[in-house]
Amino acid sequence: MRIAKLAQFIIVVAVVYALLKAPGVFLGKPIPESLIFMYMVLVVATVLLVMTSTDESAEELFRPIRALVEDPKKAFARKIVFVIAPIVAGYIAYGLSSKGMEPPAELRSIHPAPPSKMTAYGKRIDMDTLENPLRATETGEKEVFNAYVADGAGIYFKNCVFCHGGKLDGRGHYARALTPKPLPFKGRDTIAQLSESYVFWRVVKGGPGLPSEGGPADSSMPAWEDKLTEEEVWKVVLFLYDFTGNRPRERAREGK
Amino acid sequence: MRKRLPGLFGAVFLILVVLVFSQTYAPSAFADYGSRATGVSTQASAVEADNAAPRLTKDDYPASSIVRPRVAVWLAAQMHLWFAAFVLAVPIFVVVIEAIGIYRKDERYDRMAYEFIRVSMTAYTLTAATGVIFAVALFAFYPHLMKYLLSIFKPTVALYFIFLVLENAALILYFRLWKRLRTGAGKIVHLCIGIALNLAGTAIMFVANAWVTFMMSPAGVDLKGAFQGDVWAAVHNNLWNPMNLHRFVANIAYGGSIVGAYAAYRFLSSTTEEEKAHYDWMGYTANLVSIGALLPLPFAGYWLTAEIYAYSQQMGITLMGGVFAWLFIIQAVIIGALFLAANYYLWCGLSRSEGGKRYTPYIKYIAFMVAVSFIVWFTPHTLILKPWEASALGGQYHPYLGSLGLMPAKNTAVNIMLLFTFLSFLFYRRANRVAVVSWAPYGKAAQTAIFASAIVNIVFLGVYYGYFTNTVYKVASSVPQVATTLVAVIACLTIEAFIYKGAKEAGPYRWGRMPERSQYAIFLITVSFTWLMGLMGYVRAAIRQHWHVFSVMRDASPDAFTPTIGYAANVVSIGTIIFMALVVFIFWLSGRKGADYGE
Repeated sequence: MRIAKLAQFIIVVAVVYALLKAPGVFLGKPIPESLIFMYMVLVVATVLLVMTSTDESAEELFRPIRALVEDPKKAFARKIVFVIAPIVAGYIAYGLSSKGMEPPAELRSIHPAPPSKMTAYGKRIDMDTLENPLRATETGEKEVFNAYVADGAGIYFKNCVFCHGGKLDGRGHYARALTPKPLPFKGRDTIAQLSESYVFWRVVKGGPGLPSEGGPADSSMPAWEDKLTEEEVWKVVLFLYDFTGNRPRERAREGK
Repeated sequence: MRKRLPGLFGAVFLILVVLVFSQTYAPSAFADYGSRATGVSTQASAVEADNAAPRLTKDDYPASSIVRPRVAVWLAAQMHLWFAAFVLAVPIFVVVIEAIGIYRKDERYDRMAYEFIRVSMTAYTLTAATGVIFAVALFAFYPHLMKYLLSIFKPTVALYFIFLVLENAALILYFRLWKRLRTGAGKIVHLCIGIALNLAGTAIMFVANAWVTFMMSPAGVDLKGAFQGDVWAAVHNNLWNPMNLHRFVANIAYGGSIVGAYAAYRFLSSTTEEEKAHYDWMGYTANLVSIGALLPLPFAGYWLTAEIYAYSQQMGITLMGGVFAWLFIIQAVIIGALFLAANYYLWCGLSRSEGGKRYTPYIKYIAFMVAVSFIVWFTPHTLILKPWEASALGGQYHPYLGSLGLMPAKNTAVNIMLLFTFLSFLFYRRANRVAVVSWAPYGKAAQTAIFASAIVNIVFLGVYYGYFTNTVYKVASSVPQVATTLVAVIACLTIEAFIYKGAKEAGPYRWGRMPERSQYAIFLITVSFTWLMGLMGYVRAAIRQHWHVFSVMRDASPDAFTPTIGYAANVVSIGTIIFMALVVFIFWLSGRKGADYGE
């Protein structure tokens, strides 16, 4: 049995929509509606382009629609569609425009740009040239490096583990009470993307030091500047990368 | 010559305006700046203080009750840039087409080239006019910034005007001598004038690029912005060459798309089959040039971005991961639309020949791959979430889609999208041909193997180096990915040329037999290019944030804040509509009497 073009179009669009909804329904990890909307626009456009790439195919696709509008034999169906279509459109428009009690979706920048300079530990620090002073021991002084990492682990498990978790997966004891949740350090899409100077800045200045440009950048991360020494922060940074097997982002070359 | 007068007047007026201001604001006029005002400095420090970037307050910016200064300068700059891109881009296209015409001894190319230089003449006038408006707006609203920039770049301003005069002279000669130098050695001389026109135009762009990139990555100045005396150091700053390359390649693509839009406009308004055939062919050729130039463009852009990141982590993160990240998603959507439109145009082109039907069944597979790549290409890393979605996901990153938001996935997707667009072109190219060489099946098998290995290699490079090594390799892996794409394209084209050497035609090839909807795909490409230039141009400039000259001269005006993404997109979109309306006006004006080629 050959399926009509218009039916093919509807089936393809419906199947893709169902696939996009599936992670939310079956795994509890929904694809955000904002993204589904973008995907569906693309899918509808692509299917339409394919189906109108030849005159024959375009004619076949639009024939039922044209017939519905023009064919005298379809007067009854036309009346039904012409009543139902505006009602459905009105219902969708109402649903989109009635805000309800739900707060609007927000675009939160997790990694807003750091300042070019910051003041910490009583001195002015140039972020563009800032390096982890302990990193140099990684090559040549392996034992010293390992000792730094071990120190960093101790500092982490005394201070950070409660939110960021024992596996550095962002699932510490307090994590469930926080919104947004603490960031995991595991995986390839958080600290692996960042330079050590960036991580240092985030630890030292915490949520209160987040710039407003990437807002809303709400965060319950404390500023550790007054609680940890500069060296302790660098040791923690070493530990974060070492434990997760990530490498910090390196400069392609020296900035001016 | 009458037609050139408005353009010349505009250019002369622009020269006068800038020269007057450059005299007024020459370094000697900085009497009230720095230590000279205190009268206690040595001569050396006085020189340094004279050249240092001024520290401004909001009172240093002239206020206006009629327009918002930033929006006025923004729109004026954008209009000028669009028209400048038009008049830099189209002559590149014209000279290439003229050269092809000479090589192939095909007068159709010459006619098309002439038609286009003719269309460009009105655009030159508007470029000069918008340039004057832009210069006046800059000097009126940001006088101290202009003083400072002129104190460094004064010699290059002179160079700019020398190139401007040369460009105008070359343009007039190129246009007016078209008929006289139509044959023999004269034609070669004419082509050389066209090349000179392009060299002068490109030189103008390079000079202006130096000013713009200096504002992003200042060089040749000390930490206070004091000029050290080496103009070349200021010109040759970190971003100058990446921007030169990016804009040059983009101009070729943009020129092709503008010509394509003109052809589509004329195709849709054609009344005879002959006219339709001519403009169909013109649209196809223009698109070929445009999409050909589009292929390396993402990589030129990638180099520019990598250099921005290398220069300043702050600017890099602001650009890609911070406040502007979502404008990059919009960019991805527009580029994806552009690729889809380019593919659609090629698919529709299969109907020009009877043999094209052999390839229509493959369209859906190509479309599937382009759509999947497109989905990866525009999936953001940081999502826009409703509270219940954020709660379910436990953060702003998606556990399954998060890795698609990173650059290695984007690079992989764009390379695959390019390869499948190339496949559409390959099918289109062979639609009406039947190979006669005996080894054709083996040749096609070799092409398939090259194509498949290229995709495997691109995916491997993207996945392994992108996610399992450190960031240096991640960024660097984009180079072999691009190389793989280019090698595959060149190798397949080379084999294709041999397979179809002396090929038979499958049937009559009919230019003009294109559905009208295909012409709207060309319009979509042109509008997409224009919109993209506006959006990405804004992002590039705006990552300086509250700096006129990054880290050297602070913007203290009331407008020294980053507008919301929606506001910025609205300003650019309004600009795009105004510009496209003017382009349609130019098309209409040029088409009133038809092409006077040979008159």
